[in-house]
Amino acid sequence: MTPRVGVITFPGSLDDKDAARAVRLAGGESVALWHADADLHSVDAVVLPGGFSYGDYLRCGAIAKFAPVMEKLVDAAKGGLPILGICNGFQVLTESHLLPGALTRNDHLHFICRDQKLRIENNTSVWTSEFSIGDEILIPLKNGEGGYVADEKTLDQLEGDGLVIARYLDVNPNGSRRDIAGITNERGNVVGIMPHPEHAVEKLTGPTTDGLGFFTSILKSLVNDGKVSV
Amino acid sequence: MATVVVNVALKPEILDPQGRAVLGALGRLGLTGVADVRQGKQFVLTIDGEVDDAKLAQINEIAATLLSNPVIEDFTVEVRP
Repeated sequence: MTPRVGVITFPGSLDDKDAARAVRLAGGESVALWHADADLHSVDAVVLPGGFSYGDYLRCGAIAKFAPVMEKLVDAAKGGLPILGICNGFQVLTESHLLPGALTRNDHLHFICRDQKLRIENNTSVWTSEFSIGDEILIPLKNGEGGYVADEKTLDQLEGDGLVIARYLDVNPNGSRRDIAGITNERGNVVGIMPHPEHAVEKLTGPTTDGLGFFTSILKSLVNDGKVSV
Repeated sequence: MATVVVNVALKPEILDPQGRAVLGALGRLGLTGVADVRQGKQFVLTIDGEVDDAKLAQINEIAATLLSNPVIEDFTVEVRP
């Protein structure tokens, strides 16, 4: 059976179609999940896409965390279900306390949209296993509230435990502490990243195909775990 | 009817770019001697009837989960008769 990767659409999600397409290009089956769904339709992994869930009112991701589907997702994450949060999805993951820290207003206050170079720093998470540590990738970045913040103790812990999965290279686009672009939890099943791997999966539309690695990583991890076969 | 006011502010150690932008504008408008500006949010809840301890506990819970993010923000809850 082909790995089934769910993509949750909240009111205001923008990048759900691109995320679903990235899943398919990597060889998986994408499953559309709705914010009001009461269950996860037995998917093998979930992507929380970019956008402006619930208009980003209050705080980015703050209202999304109370969506019916999120209750199931938080339990499933604790049970080991692979989850990738991209941009707004990363914000939803920190608001839901599935990942530490928070994403705040870019330090220069401008919305940034550019192709961003990153360095991969962790290849043990299920979403980054196809990369090598030190790989430099170029993928789009577009956010207004992408500054990663956490207290010093949490930052030290993230670094000490190797939980930073990617760092901004050349320029820090939003004031993120220690140039952090993405992190994972200790178990390596939940990953949040501010730039957009799902926009860099085809030569025609992306600056590179470097983003595909996140999606091939999860499919391979699922196959290796014996959860699915291809 | 009672009013409950929840004030939410970024923790002191969290950078506040919006507050800093306001601070810059104050200088241009001629207000000098302002050392710092921090921007926050205020929620004014109009409550039917009395605010008893149970209701107040509920509001505190909501303030800590929905209205603020405890990772980066502090909040206060004030009941106004």
